[in-house]
Amino acid sequence: MTQPNRLAQGGRVNRDRPLSFVFNGETYQGYEGDTLASALLANAVSVVNRSFKYARPRGIVAAGAEEPNAVVQLGASEAAQTPNVRATQQALYDGLVASSTNGWPNVQRDVMGLFGKVAGKMMPPGFYNKTFMAPASMWMTYEKLIRKAAGLGRSPREQDPDRYEHFHRHCDVLVIGAGPAGLVAASVAANSGARVILCDEQEQMGGCLLSTTETLNGKPANQWLSETLDHLAANPDVLLLPRTTANGYHDHNFVTLHERVAEHLGDTAPEGMARSRMHQVRAKRVVLSTGSHERPLVYANNDVPGNFVSGAISSYIHRYGVVPGNQLVVMTANDQGYRCAIDWYDAGRNVVAIVDARPDADGHWVKQAEERGLRILKGQVVFDTKGTKAVQGAWVSAWNAERFALTGEAQLLECDAIASSGGFSPVVHLAAHTGARPVWRDDIQGFVPAAVKGQLPTGGCNGVYPLHQVLADALDTGITAALDCGYEASRFILPEVDDLVESAPLALFEIPHTKATMRAPYQFVDLQNDVTAAAIELATREGFESIEHVKRYTAMGFGTDQGKLGNINGMAITARRLGQTIPETGTTVFRPNYTPVPFGAIAGPHRRELFDPKRYTALHSWHEQRGATFEDVGLWKRPWYYPIGNESMHDAVSRECLAVRNKVGILDASTLGKIDIQGKDAREFLGRVYTNKWEKLGIGKARYGLMCKDDGMVTDDGVTTCLGDQHFLMTTTTGGAAAILEWLELWHQTEWPELEVYFNSVTDHWATITITGPNSRALLREITDIDLDRDKFKFMEWRQGTVAGVPARVYRISFTGELSYEINVQADFAMHVWQTLFEYENKYGLTPYGTETMHVLRAEKGFIIVGQDTDGSVTPEDLGMQWCIGYDKPFSWIGKRALSRPDTSRRDRKQLVGLKPLKDDVVLEEGAQIVLDPNQPIPMRMVGHVTSSYFSPTLNHGFALALLMDGHNRMGEIVFMPMPDGQVHEAEVVGTVFYDSKGDRQNV
Amino acid sequence: MFLIYCPYCGEEREESEFHAKGQAHLARPADPDNSSDEEWGHYLFFRENPRGIHHELWVHAAGCRKFFNVTRHTVSYEILETYPIGEQPRVTANQMEKPA
Amino acid sequence: MQRYSGFGLARHALSHHENWQRMWRNPTPKKAYDAIIVGGGGHGLATAYYLAKEHGITNVAVLEKGWLGGGNTARNTTIVRSNYLWDEAAALYEHSLKLWEGLSQDLNCNVMFSQRGVLNLGHTLQDMRDIQRRVHANRLNGIDSQVLDAQQVKEIVPILDCSSDRRYPVMGASWQPRAGVARHDAVAWGFARAADAMGVDLLQQTEVNGMRIEDGQIVGVETNRGFIGAKTVGCVTAGNSSVVAKQAGLLLPLESHPLQALVSEPLKPILDTVVMSNHVHGYISQSDKGDLVIGAGIDGYNGYGQRGSYPTIEHTLQAIVEMFPIFSRVRMNRQWGGIVDTCPDACPILSETDVKGLFFNCGWGTGGFKATPGSGHVFAWTLAKGHAHPLAKPFSINRFVTGQLIDEHGAAGVAH
Repeated sequence: MTQPNRLAQGGRVNRDRPLSFVFNGETYQGYEGDTLASALLANAVSVVNRSFKYARPRGIVAAGAEEPNAVVQLGASEAAQTPNVRATQQALYDGLVASSTNGWPNVQRDVMGLFGKVAGKMMPPGFYNKTFMAPASMWMTYEKLIRKAAGLGRSPREQDPDRYEHFHRHCDVLVIGAGPAGLVAASVAANSGARVILCDEQEQMGGCLLSTTETLNGKPANQWLSETLDHLAANPDVLLLPRTTANGYHDHNFVTLHERVAEHLGDTAPEGMARSRMHQVRAKRVVLSTGSHERPLVYANNDVPGNFVSGAISSYIHRYGVVPGNQLVVMTANDQGYRCAIDWYDAGRNVVAIVDARPDADGHWVKQAEERGLRILKGQVVFDTKGTKAVQGAWVSAWNAERFALTGEAQLLECDAIASSGGFSPVVHLAAHTGARPVWRDDIQGFVPAAVKGQLPTGGCNGVYPLHQVLADALDTGITAALDCGYEASRFILPEVDDLVESAPLALFEIPHTKATMRAPYQFVDLQNDVTAAAIELATREGFESIEHVKRYTAMGFGTDQGKLGNINGMAITARRLGQTIPETGTTVFRPNYTPVPFGAIAGPHRRELFDPKRYTALHSWHEQRGATFEDVGLWKRPWYYPIGNESMHDAVSRECLAVRNKVGILDASTLGKIDIQGKDAREFLGRVYTNKWEKLGIGKARYGLMCKDDGMVTDDGVTTCLGDQHFLMTTTTGGAAAILEWLELWHQTEWPELEVYFNSVTDHWATITITGPNSRALLREITDIDLDRDKFKFMEWRQGTVAGVPARVYRISFTGELSYEINVQADFAMHVWQTLFEYENKYGLTPYGTETMHVLRAEKGFIIVGQDTDGSVTPEDLGMQWCIGYDKPFSWIGKRALSRPDTSRRDRKQLVGLKPLKDDVVLEEGAQIVLDPNQPIPMRMVGHVTSSYFSPTLNHGFALALLMDGHNRMGEIVFMPMPDGQVHEAEVVGTVFYDSKGDRQNV
Repeated sequence: MFLIYCPYCGEEREESEFHAKGQAHLARPADPDNSSDEEWGHYLFFRENPRGIHHELWVHAAGCRKFFNVTRHTVSYEILETYPIGEQPRVTANQMEKPA
Repeated sequence: MQRYSGFGLARHALSHHENWQRMWRNPTPKKAYDAIIVGGGGHGLATAYYLAKEHGITNVAVLEKGWLGGGNTARNTTIVRSNYLWDEAAALYEHSLKLWEGLSQDLNCNVMFSQRGVLNLGHTLQDMRDIQRRVHANRLNGIDSQVLDAQQVKEIVPILDCSSDRRYPVMGASWQPRAGVARHDAVAWGFARAADAMGVDLLQQTEVNGMRIEDGQIVGVETNRGFIGAKTVGCVTAGNSSVVAKQAGLLLPLESHPLQALVSEPLKPILDTVVMSNHVHGYISQSDKGDLVIGAGIDGYNGYGQRGSYPTIEHTLQAIVEMFPIFSRVRMNRQWGGIVDTCPDACPILSETDVKGLFFNCGWGTGGFKATPGSGHVFAWTLAKGHAHPLAKPFSINRFVTGQLIDEHGAAGVAH
C-alpha cells in the first residue's frame, strides 16, 4: 500500500512499524508515531467529514487540539465506540477503526450536502426560532427531524469495558505545556529544588521544537530537547506527564489533568491498565506555557478540503514526514506563512506562490523564501477558493487594507493546497477559567492572560513568540516560580538561538470579496458550526451587539473545539460591523474543559459498588444467610424482611408481626445513631436541644426526646439514657446520625461554648439487638446476669451486666409496644450474642424481623418516623406530642420561640391523626391526598395526606397515620382519598394509637 | 476547589473536607421569648448575602469537626483569613473599600 | 414587528438576508417611565411583555447591566415542569406551563418548547413514598402526573440502567408527559422582541447602583446612565437580588449560590426525555443540537463568581455514569455556573416590600427557568395593580416572619 503524501524520509514516525487502520470502510496504512490525521493525509484522504449545518465536505485543517473538522467516530466494537474523537489528537494504533460522524450514505456523496446547497440560504442563524411555528401541533414532528440532522458522533450502546483512575497530587510548580518555554521553566524550578509536575497534551513533549528548523546551540532542536527531557526525567522530584491535558483551572491553583494512559494503545486498555486517569493537582505556582494557536484567515470557501493553517503543514512535514499536496499557495499576513512555504519547498514539492497581504515584508524568513526563488505576491490576498471536495485553485487579488476592498484584477492560481496564517492567539483558556478576562495587546494583536495570583504565563501564552525571547521569558518565569515557592533559584544556561528578524505582522482576520459579505460565497469563521462572516453580520444587523449574543445567536465557538481557531476572527468581524475595536468587543468567557474529557474519567472508580459506600452492621452476614431482603436507609443496608421459601412480602411481614405480638421477635437496630455525651453541663445542654425536660432524669433511666430546629419544626427524635450524672447516650434516627452530631457541635461551639460538654459518635462501636414480644424476658433471662424482675428493671430503665457472657448495656424501651429489651454490646461481640439468642429460637419462637415489620408495629402504636410522618413542616404540637414539650423550661430551647409565630400557632394546622379505612381490606396508599368532598371539581381542595399505611395482621384491617388539617378536632369524621382509577377510599379519623392504647403490654 | 486553612488543625486542607454553613456571627436573640416575630424571622432567615467580602461559618467536617469563620470574597473566591469562633474578623468590607 | 415565518425566511433568503430588522431597538433612556423593571433576564423581559400586552402599560424600561438574557436564563438546563408538591407552588408553575404551551405562537418566535416528558426517579422506599404523595397531589391539582414502576421507566428510557445490582436501583419514577425543555436564549429574545415592539425600552449596559426613595415611596433608580424616574419598580435580578435590595436598604431571606451545569459533545439522538434523580444527584436531557445537558446540585457556599467547585461536577458525572453506564465514553465538552438566589423553603419571593412601589421577584433558586412566563405574567399583574396577584400572594416576603413557608424542601423537595 502506498502513501502518496508520505515523504521518503523525515518525521518522527517509525517506518519500521507500519500500522493498518480502517477509515470509512477502507483499509489504509500508517506508521507508529502517526496521528490518525497524519495517516489520513499521508494517504491523501481529503474529505474526512461533512459539516454540521450545510453538510459541506470538510478536510483536516490543523494538527492539534484546535482542529474543528476531523472529528470521527472511533471503535471497532460496540462497547468501544467513542464519539467525536479529534483525528489530530488520536495516536494511530494497529487495527484502529474510525468513520466520519456525518455524511450519508458516505462523506463523498452526502444526500444532506444537496439539501445544504439548496436550502442553505434558508438557514441563517436562528432560522429555527423564526419558523416551524405553524401549525403548533407539528412542532414535535419538526423537532424530531431537527434532532436527527444534528449531533456529531453517536453514543455507544453497550457498557464501557474500561476503567478510569483518580490521582490527587500536590506540587510546588505545575508546568502546563512542554514546549521550549515549559521545558526551561520546569528545568529552572526543578534545578532549584522545587517539586515539579510537567504535563503536555501531545504524544511527545517538545511543542514547537518538534517541528522547527531553528537550531539550539547550533544543533537541531531535537538534541537540546532530548537532553533537557532526560535531565528532567532523572530528577526524582519531577513528574513528567505526556499525553496529559490540563483541562480545568479551578480556584486556589487547583488544576485537573486528564492523562490518556491507554488511548494510544487500542480500542480498549490492556489488561490491568486504566484507559485514562484524572490527576487533581494543587500547586503553589502554575506556569502556563501553553503556547499559541495560529489563526486561519477568513475568505470565501475557506472550508474546501485542502485549506490549512500554515503551521499545521510544517508540523505534518517535520513530525510525520507528510506533505498534504503538491502545489501550495500560502496566504499570510505575517512571516509564519513563509516558514510553511519554505518547509513545503524543502520537502520537494512546488510552492505556487506566497500571497502576502503586506506590501513590504522583508524579515529573515522572507529573505529565505526569496533565496529559494519562491514567487511572492506582496500586497495581495487570497479571497476565494476554487473547488468543492478538494482545492483546485486560489483566487488572488491586490487589495486596499484601509478601504477593506479588493483592487485590480483577480487571478486564479491553480493549486491543491492553501495555507493561511492570520497571526497567533495565545492559548489563554486556562488562565481565564477562574474568571479573569484576558487583556488585549495591540502590539501582538492578541489577548494575553490577566494577572492572577499564583499563575505565571510564559512564552507564547504570554504573547512572546520569537524562540530566543521565549527562552529568556521562561527563564525569568522559572526563577519566579522557584522563589515564590521558597527556593533559591539555581543557574540555568539557556541554549543559544539565533535572533531572527521578523517583519511586522498585519492585523488581518477576514479578507474582502468582490461581493458584499452577505452575497459572497460562504466565508467560514467557525468551521465546526458552519458560522460564516455573513452570519455574524446578520446577527449584528438584527441587534445582537454583545459578543455573547453573537456567539449564542450564531453558535460560534459552541463546538467541540470551542472556537480555538475561529473565535478571535469572529470577534474581529463583530467589532468591524459594530465599528468597535476588538478589546471593546471583548471575548466570550472561557470555561473548562480545554478539550473534552470522557465522563468515565471524571467519574473515575466511583461507579457501581464504589458509587457510594455501603454500611453493614456487624450482623449483616447472618441476615444474608437468613435470606433477608435489604432496604437502603442512608448508606446502610438494613434487613427489610426475611421471606421463608416463596413467601410474599405481605405474608412474611404478617408472620413477623404476629411473632412479635405473640412470642418474641428480634431486630438488628445497630444502625440507630448513637452519640456519647459527657461533661458537667451535659444535662443542661440536652435541655436546650430537646423539646422536653432532662433535669430530673436519674442515672439508670431513659427518656424519649424530640428535637426541633429553631424554626420549630421537628428534625429528629430518639431515646437518651442517663449513664452517669454527667454522662448520657443519645440515640438518633438512622439517617440523621451524622447531621445531628454536627448540629450539636454547632450549638456548642458557636452559641454556648461556656457549657462544658463533649460529643462523640459511637454508632459503630455498639451493636444494638432488640428483642421484643411477650417471651422476651424469658428469653433474655436464659443468657444474662441482669435481674429482669419487672419491678427491679422497669420500663424506661437500663442496666449494665453481661449477656451471653459479654458486657452489655440493656435498655428496657419499646418501639413496638411490647415488652422489649435493647441489648447493646460491643460490635465485635454482636454475632456471638445474636447466635446465642438463636440457640433458643425454637423454645421461645424467636423470629427475626426487618424494617417493614418494625414500621407496622410502631405505627400500630402511633409512634412516628421522623422524615416519613414529618416533612420539615411539622411541629411537635402538630404531632399531638404536647406531653413532650417543656413549655416552662427556664431556657428557651431550640424551636420554642418559633411555635408562637402566627402560622405555627394556628389552630387548624395539619395534625397527625389515625385513619381507619371503612372497608377492612383496604390499605390506603401512602402519599394519598385527603379531601373532605370527593365530588368537588379539580383542582380539589386537599386537606392532608397519608404518611404511613399498613395492613395490621394483629387487628386484621388496614390502618394509617395521616397529617390532616385541623385533624385533632376531626375525630370521628369521615374523610376521602380519590384514587387515580376513580375509586374513592373512605376512612374514619381516629386517634393515632391502634393497639394497646393504655400501654399495658410494654409494662408487663 | 478551595484550599482552606483550618485554624484549629493549623493546616491548609482541601475544600472537600469542609462544609460551608452560611453567614457567620449570627447571634441568636438573647431573650427569644420576648423577641418579636420580626426579630425571630430575621434571625432565622434573613441574610446579608453580599457580593464581595463575606464572613462565613465553615466546619471541618472530615477533620477536627470544629466550626470556624472564613472571610472570603464571593466573586473572586479569595480567602482572606480564617479565624476561630469567638474572634472578630481582621478584614472587613469597610476596610477593603478604603484605598490601599 | 417583522413577522417570522417559513415564508418570510424564504423571502429574506432571496434578498440575501440584507433586510432583516433589528430584534429590538437600542434606545436612549427617557427621564422617567411608568414602570421600571430592573433585570433583563427571562423573568424581567416576560414581566415587561405582559405589562404591555395585558395591562396596556407600555411606558416601561427594562434595565439590564449586561446583555439581555445573560444571567441564569442563559445558564440553566432548560427543564420545564409543574409537578410541584404544594398547592401554592403547583398552581404557580402550572400557570406557567400553560403559558409555555402557546408561547411560540404568542411571541411569534419559536422557543422550541419540547414536551418530551420529565421523569423524576425514585431509588429508595422513602423516595417512592414522596413520589406517590406528590403525584396524588398533582393529580388532584389538575396536573398530569403519574407514578411509574421500574419496568415502565425502562420502557420510556431503554438506555437507563434499571438493573437491581446498581448501588441505588431505580424503583420507579414520577412522570409528567407535558413537561419538557425549551431553547433558553430564544425565550429571552422572544420576550424582548415582542416587548420592544409594543414600545418597551430595553436598556442594556445600564446598571442600577442606587434607589431613590422619598417618604417611603420609590421614585426612581440611579444608574450608570443617570437617574431614571418611576414610581413602580420591579426587581427581577436573580442571583443578585440581595445586592439590589441593599440599595433600597432591604434585607432578603436569600443566599446566592453557584449552580453548575455541563454539556457533552453533540451526539446523535439517544435520550428523548428528561431524566432527573434527586437521590443520586444528577439530571439530564439532550438538546436539539445533540448535547447532553446535565445539571449539578448547588455548591454549599455563597458565590457570585458564576463558577463552582470541581467535586460537584465530579459527583454529578458519577451519578450520570451510574444511571447511564453507556455514557462513560461520551465526553464532557464544557461546564459553567450560574448564581442562584435560594430561599429557605426553596420557593420564590413575589412580593411587595416595605418601600411603596418597590416589588421583588426573586429567590427562584434552581428552578426559575420553567417559571419564566408565569412569573412574568403574575408579576406584571402585581406591578400593574400595586398588590400581589392571587397566585403570588402566598409567596410574600412576610411568610418568613409569620412562618407560613411553602416547604418544597420537604417530602417533595425535588430540586430544580
